[in-house]
Amino acid sequence: MSASHDHEIDIDHHVKVYIRVFIALLVLTVITVAVSYLEMSPPAAIALGLFIASVKASLVACYFMHLISERKLIGYVLVLTVLFFFFELLIPLVTEGNNLGMG
Amino acid sequence: MASAHSIDDVIPYTVAPREDTGLNNVKLGIWLFLASEVMLFGALFAGYLLLRVGATDWPEGRTYLSVPWAFTNTLVLISSSVTMVMAWASLIRKDLGKYRLWMGLTVLGGFGFLIIKYIEYSSKFHHGYFPETNTFLAIYFTLTALHGLHVISGMAVNGYLLGPGTKMWQTEPQRFTNRVEAAGLFWHFVDLVWIFLFPILYLL
Repeated sequence: MSASHDHEIDIDHHVKVYIRVFIALLVLTVITVAVSYLEMSPPAAIALGLFIASVKASLVACYFMHLISERKLIGYVLVLTVLFFFFELLIPLVTEGNNLGMG
Repeated sequence: MASAHSIDDVIPYTVAPREDTGLNNVKLGIWLFLASEVMLFGALFAGYLLLRVGATDWPEGRTYLSVPWAFTNTLVLISSSVTMVMAWASLIRKDLGKYRLWMGLTVLGGFGFLIIKYIEYSSKFHHGYFPETNTFLAIYFTLTALHGLHVISGMAVNGYLLGPGTKMWQTEPQRFTNRVEAAGLFWHFVDLVWIFLFPILYLL
């Protein structure tokens, strides 16, 4: 009984967090669009745009997908995935670098 | 009679966690699937990067695309992510009525996203912008169409869990809750991909 009551309080806390994250995501979306209209060099604009997107993605992953309180095993799987993901992104840059070097 | 048998007798660890992983197989399974999805979209992001870095000239997304529509779609998808997590929270509170409401809104959000995407695509075709028009539009259509297919898949699963799938709640509520959680993880992933697609394609 008491355990289920605790559970109820816990989910109420979670719901409050979801609403705060939702508001943060809305604000960050507006900021994403606003900064895209600023006069910036393309590399700075890309870096800023991707930084804001990464913050938004982290909020979704940590709170909506519960990664912040998830078991370590899922963390290990994701670390490996992110590692391969960046490796995947690196391949075209290396290829392009080689082409430029050869050119 | 059949439901008196635990599902763990037939397919193990759909409810109870495994001793070694500490997770039920539903959750570990969906996370492994999402890992493969990261690699799928990663390959296309790598393709985008290759095309962009290699191009002598790359158009600004807003030259071809509508930022207001994409902005609206971002809000729709973020909102549907919240309604999805609220649907799951309603099941934890054992409130099936609220679950139906939130899950219904989630499916509606998916429809809203697709309708806006349809308007966007129609406008592009009307102006003579097709995948073969240029490299930018080719990668735009490839990425957004693949993402759209994921939205449709997520809606199909969510629609099932809103309709006939709800029957499981009467016999195996925990297993049903786990299913909704797994469907939610997929839906949040679809939202997460869009969070990157929006600035990359429309704004940068």
